[in-house]
Amino acid sequence: MSEGLLGSELFRLILGLVIVIAFSQLNALFLVWLERKVSGHIQLRPGPMEVGPHGLLQTIADGVKLIGKELILPLKADKKLFFLAPVLVFTPVLVGFLVLPFSPGLIIHDMNVGVLLVFAFSTITVLAILTGGWASNNKYALLGAVRSVAQNVAYEIPLLLAVLSVVLMVHSLSFSHIVESQKTVWFIFLQPLAGLIYLIAATAETNRAPFDIPEAESELVAGFHTEYSGMGFGLFFLAEYTNMFLVCAVATSLFFGGWNGLFGFSFGIPGVFWFLLKTYLLIFVIMWVRWTFPRVRFDQLMNFSWKVLIPLSIVNLLITAVVVKII
Amino acid sequence: MDELEKIEADDRVYSLNLGPQHPSTHGVLRILLDLDGEYIVKCDPVIGYGHRGHEKMGENRQYKQFLPNTSRMDYLSGLLYNHGFVLAVEKLAGIKVPERAKYIRVIASELNRISSHLLWFGTYLLDIGGITPFLYAFDDREHILDTLDTITGSRLTYSYCRFGGVTRDIDSKFIDMTRAFLKRMESRWADYEALVSKNVIFIHRTRDVGVIDVNLARQYGVTGPNLRACGVAFDVRRSEPYEVYDRFDFEIPTGTRGDALDRYDVRFREMQQSCRIIEQALEQLPEGEFLTPKVPQKLSPPKGEVYTAFESARGLTAYYLVSDGSPAPYRCHIRVPSFGNLNVLNDVLPGTMVADAIAILGSIDVVIPEIDR
Repeated sequence: MSEGLLGSELFRLILGLVIVIAFSQLNALFLVWLERKVSGHIQLRPGPMEVGPHGLLQTIADGVKLIGKELILPLKADKKLFFLAPVLVFTPVLVGFLVLPFSPGLIIHDMNVGVLLVFAFSTITVLAILTGGWASNNKYALLGAVRSVAQNVAYEIPLLLAVLSVVLMVHSLSFSHIVESQKTVWFIFLQPLAGLIYLIAATAETNRAPFDIPEAESELVAGFHTEYSGMGFGLFFLAEYTNMFLVCAVATSLFFGGWNGLFGFSFGIPGVFWFLLKTYLLIFVIMWVRWTFPRVRFDQLMNFSWKVLIPLSIVNLLITAVVVKII
Repeated sequence: MDELEKIEADDRVYSLNLGPQHPSTHGVLRILLDLDGEYIVKCDPVIGYGHRGHEKMGENRQYKQFLPNTSRMDYLSGLLYNHGFVLAVEKLAGIKVPERAKYIRVIASELNRISSHLLWFGTYLLDIGGITPFLYAFDDREHILDTLDTITGSRLTYSYCRFGGVTRDIDSKFIDMTRAFLKRMESRWADYEALVSKNVIFIHRTRDVGVIDVNLARQYGVTGPNLRACGVAFDVRRSEPYEVYDRFDFEIPTGTRGDALDRYDVRFREMQQSCRIIEQALEQLPEGEFLTPKVPQKLSPPKGEVYTAFESARGLTAYYLVSDGSPAPYRCHIRVPSFGNLNVLNDVLPGTMVADAIAILGSIDVVIPEIDR
């Protein structure tokens, strides 16, 4: 009886969800700390140093502070939507974690449409941003929300087209299949263009600099989350980092060999560490970019997507399809 | 304009209140924008939030007592304002200034100009979304503040000049620090050029953005780097040399397009020219007095008026003083460059996007307390 319960799919899913929530929160807290450290060292300063060793506990202290803050509802704001948005921004991200292939045995739910699931759910994030921006009754927030929608529509297309090139090569939408077929050669070497397009589009998708126009603090104060205080802001903030981890983890699985080591050699390091190492390296690159480049303008961003990335990714997809057919 | 009016009639246009509390309006500037989506239809800068009545204050106290006020108008180039005021009063009262004091004033002023431009450099990149250059610029600026601290005793609102000289002579420590700073900047210019000036995103954000043509600049009385970016090599240091500026070999950087990138470029090269001036001034620095001892404590200049222009970090600045023979000026008027520079936005902003508005406002480099004064 108990064995049946433990082994049941439902139990696995619930246990998985609990682990995912715990992991994604801790991970987001760690990433916030990492970002502050990376930015600090890039900017000739040490970053947080006071709370814990090298400020490691700083984000926890900040989180506790945020929980204690008052949630301010702006005048004439849509109360239901206003409080729904921060929750809505977090849920789709969590779903994505369910299908992430950390290592051969460490996939909570290995679906054969895993890739599709991640991208289908990550689109909901935009809806949450739009909801938050609209419900705030603030012009800056609305401008940020509108920008966010336009940006995400433009960048989902090259993102998916880049992913599609990989899917064509593997003939599968399952993450574990995709990772397994990269045992010796990572797809970044076979699909460098798709990998590059994915990384650029993913940066835009997660609203990270230089594509952080929805929150562009020098233009729109704080963009879509201008009116959010306390944990409302905190959830948006954590969701950004969780989302960043998700897109980098997906990039690792699709292009950088997931749990596989370098060219088939794992050097005795377990797969899950390879996976995390690569993911965090990608995250570091995205942070590095943020603290190096200025922000692009809204119309330039759209031009870049529609006139450069989409044609390039379509050409890449066609070439992939032809080559796959021939081989 | 017809097209803009048509859009205005449309109820798609809404107004956005940019400032006075906005991360990119640098101080207490408020800009009323009428927007159609992201595009600006109408722009109306609102000033006066920082009015403190400096001109009136100048008229009801002695000349000497007004000195500390001068550096609080344009707080980023306070020493230059301080310098300009003593120039005006010296001209009015006919006070002779020792050679050494003139050189010291030029060195301190140029250091202050660099620090002002460095702050602009950092905050401008901040406006465009690059956060890191801000901290690098502030690191450099810190060296200037420390250097000026040794002779003036203050770091921001200097009151270093006196009628007939300066408060304190410069010593070998100051000279060494200045030389070290000049040496340090040589490699920094190259870094900034590689990381910022040649950055593709930066060029895309600023090139052909916010073009001010020469006629528009003339209509609004735009001066300083903003005017030089339009291609007019007008610099008070060259056109009406005051102090000892005619003894130095320096260029007046100019632009060709009059856009935000040109304004960036002009300011960037101006910092390098200021370094050249300081270098030459340190070499030519004569021995002697740093302050004329004969200036009376209570100064009552003879009846008359004086207009003295000088080049502050933001453009042509001038003091107009009228004396009726009493210890306080009858009229004290200050011509500030930022007023004209800011109002040119009325004509430049319509048709651009919100993101451009920030990039243009930053490139014009206004200091609001100087306008409100």
